[in-house]
Amino acid sequence: MATGGGLMMSDVKVWRLLLKTMILFAVFNFILTPLLMDEVEKVSIYNKFIPGRLRLPFGEDPDRSYNLSLFSLDASFASHVVSDPGGPSDAYRVFVFGDSSLWGTLLRPEETLVGQLNALDLETENGSPIRFFNLGYPTLSLTKDLMLLEKGLEYEPDLIVWLVTLESFPRHKQYTSPIVSHNYRAVRELILEYDLDLDPDHEDFIKPGYWDSTLIGQRRNLADIFRLQVYGIMWGITRIDQYYPDSYEPAQRDLDPDPSFYQWEEGEMETNDLAYSTLEKADQVAGGVPILIVNEPILISRGANSDIRYNFYYPIWAYDQYRSDMQKLSIQLDWNYVDLWDLVPEEEFTNSAIHLTPRGETILAERVSEAIMSLLVSSPSVEE
Amino acid sequence: MTVQDVLVLIGLSLFLGWVTRKGQRQNLLLLASSLVFYWMQPSLPLRYLSFWLPTATLLLVILSWVCTSSYQQRWERETIQTAGFVTLIILLVGLTRYVGLGNLFTALYPPRLHRVMIVLVFTLGMIGILSRKETFSNAALWGLFSFFLLLFVILKTPYFAQLASRMWRSVVDQAPALASAEDIKWLGFSYLAFRILHTIRDRIKDRLPVSSLKEYLIYILFFPAISAGPIDRIDHFLRELPEGQSPFKKDIILGGRRLIIGLFKKFVVADTLSMIALGPEKVSQIQSTGGAWILLYAFTLQIFFDFSGYTDMAIGLARFMNISLPENFNKPYRRQNLTQFWNNWHMTLTKWIRSYFFYPLTRALRSKGAFSVFGVLLITQISTMVLIGIWHGVSMGFVIWGLWHGIGLLVQNRWSTFFKNRLSKYELPSMLDPFLSGMGTFLTFHYVALGWVWFVTPHLSQGWEVMKWLLGVVS
Repeated sequence: MATGGGLMMSDVKVWRLLLKTMILFAVFNFILTPLLMDEVEKVSIYNKFIPGRLRLPFGEDPDRSYNLSLFSLDASFASHVVSDPGGPSDAYRVFVFGDSSLWGTLLRPEETLVGQLNALDLETENGSPIRFFNLGYPTLSLTKDLMLLEKGLEYEPDLIVWLVTLESFPRHKQYTSPIVSHNYRAVRELILEYDLDLDPDHEDFIKPGYWDSTLIGQRRNLADIFRLQVYGIMWGITRIDQYYPDSYEPAQRDLDPDPSFYQWEEGEMETNDLAYSTLEKADQVAGGVPILIVNEPILISRGANSDIRYNFYYPIWAYDQYRSDMQKLSIQLDWNYVDLWDLVPEEEFTNSAIHLTPRGETILAERVSEAIMSLLVSSPSVEE
Repeated sequence: MTVQDVLVLIGLSLFLGWVTRKGQRQNLLLLASSLVFYWMQPSLPLRYLSFWLPTATLLLVILSWVCTSSYQQRWERETIQTAGFVTLIILLVGLTRYVGLGNLFTALYPPRLHRVMIVLVFTLGMIGILSRKETFSNAALWGLFSFFLLLFVILKTPYFAQLASRMWRSVVDQAPALASAEDIKWLGFSYLAFRILHTIRDRIKDRLPVSSLKEYLIYILFFPAISAGPIDRIDHFLRELPEGQSPFKKDIILGGRRLIIGLFKKFVVADTLSMIALGPEKVSQIQSTGGAWILLYAFTLQIFFDFSGYTDMAIGLARFMNISLPENFNKPYRRQNLTQFWNNWHMTLTKWIRSYFFYPLTRALRSKGAFSVFGVLLITQISTMVLIGIWHGVSMGFVIWGLWHGIGLLVQNRWSTFFKNRLSKYELPSMLDPFLSGMGTFLTFHYVALGWVWFVTPHLSQGWEVMKWLLGVVS
């Protein structure tokens, strides 16, 4: 009997249909997904059909920012302009790593430090254009930066600039960034390969099991990768990659009279409580690519209790101790290091003690570009 | 509607499809449809309204049946039983407040039972008094018709909707100053009103088929078609309601296939396209003509896949229960002119409007003889399309959208007549056919797509802004 849909009812065996469906699903779930997932994460329409993003994907309000946070490093880098094979072949590629202040919270891509550095149209001594890439990511963790740095090496940097601040250093913060905790394998390999002074099996890691590699386990990851591609179309059309509110709560100027930094009071914070060792291994991870470390500007408040704290994040004693330690280490380990902590005036900070206004970024870009140019001049090998 | 909601409805439809073959078909369909009406009513900021709106739906449906049925039918034993059954359903939902299941059927806790009972006693009492009337005059039926239209206008007009919200807030001791036009979202009212208006109008014309209160309630409230139609006709639905001979297995396969297509259209294609579809918030973000066209194409496809996906799901769910709902879409974007487009887009709505507005208005204007053919076409086409526009909401954007299509239909009608008369003398080479039909499809699709600009943008300035980007005339 023919049905309205032209289907021969007698031909349809429901159990056979279900069995075939189950077999097909099992093949996709248990075999194809675990085998192909790594390759799938690298598939991207960015830099092919739509322009690459100027900063790594991050966003908590995708409908308005046309951007989203995902955990796949491959997919994140594939969507970034850093993986664009085009562009001048003789360009001198500078990868800049850091936190949200570098990524550019509240700033349009061209207003960020990297945007402003690119606008300077710098050239090396032999005339190669210097191209800067924003590889900042809005969480505070040196381990997160190092993980991204290692990943970034696949895209052939000539120079690495790493902006750091004390808030990224406490040991307990190294694993809590979601992009770190969800990249257990990558971070674990990093810790073991370079003998970082970190726990490779820390409880904050989300440790994937076999089921996590199946189609069911990867559904969130796959959906995120897919959405990243679709939102890329909106990025291409609007050049918007974050939501810009009409107003924001300014960073706190009047501070609590609290002299502690996390669990530490003055005199209690040991060098070993901070992840200096992660920074020390950066040279080794970079494998010969020179690194310029920049202590990024912070808001120095003139409000209530500014004799106790510099800002919401830092009591004066802790930050001064950190600066002193960094200075010593930079001499001891021969780092290319610039300390720009007090470079930017108080009024050029936005909603946090490390987020700058476009004007603040301009001030910073001038000093960072000077540091880069002097590094290139003083170390000819860097340019080669 | 979320995927979880659809999964619940699939389970319910399959269960009903199986169990109603063993008997109690109408009782179970009525129970399920009534409860789903409560369950799907979204949570509202107005106190207890998420309970009262579905309750009002049930009572209004009973009222409209009373007004459209015969005296004899009203006092039949089955009618009293059905009315009692509906009252029990309302009380059952109201009782969930007291047994810790206040969110089982309603988004928020129902009001206290004594209030529910007072309202029920009063309303059913009034309906009972009305039922004693031998017959309702056409004037009374037109009054009821106008009442539903008035409700419709209140809900669809931001000013009146806000006013209604303010009044409700005053009654239930909520801050009237916080009233918003978005406060009152009455699940499925648009479709419900169309079905009720259709029965009232057919009753006035003496062509309404006889239906019991139970059948009438199931027709109006049939849950697969609550949120997005289709708008079935009562005569067709009554033919479908008795259990047919189709085996359950066949219904599962046919319904399942349709359901999968619907789920894919809605939750994969449409929801993906919605991420890049033109919307009011995106207007100021457009930076290029190409970008504007991508947004517009995305919306054009999204609205089709979204709407037709819901229709597919409704048809699939109904099929599980051995009920065939009418089709609503038939490849509308592949049509070669605007008339064909409207014959294949939201077909049940256009048929409804044609039957109850366009044809009567055309007949009335022609009978007066005061208008030329063109004049009649001008008035009927444009007023019909503006009416369809306003059905989506009383705003200038929807009016312009209606005008856009009304003018388009008029121009296309005149153009076709003009060329048909002239070209009929010549025989065009058949090799031109694919080109001409392709051209027709291309032009129709783009005319419809450009019309969506007015549909999407609530402010004329925004619509105009998008048009300028699309036409590349932004300085």
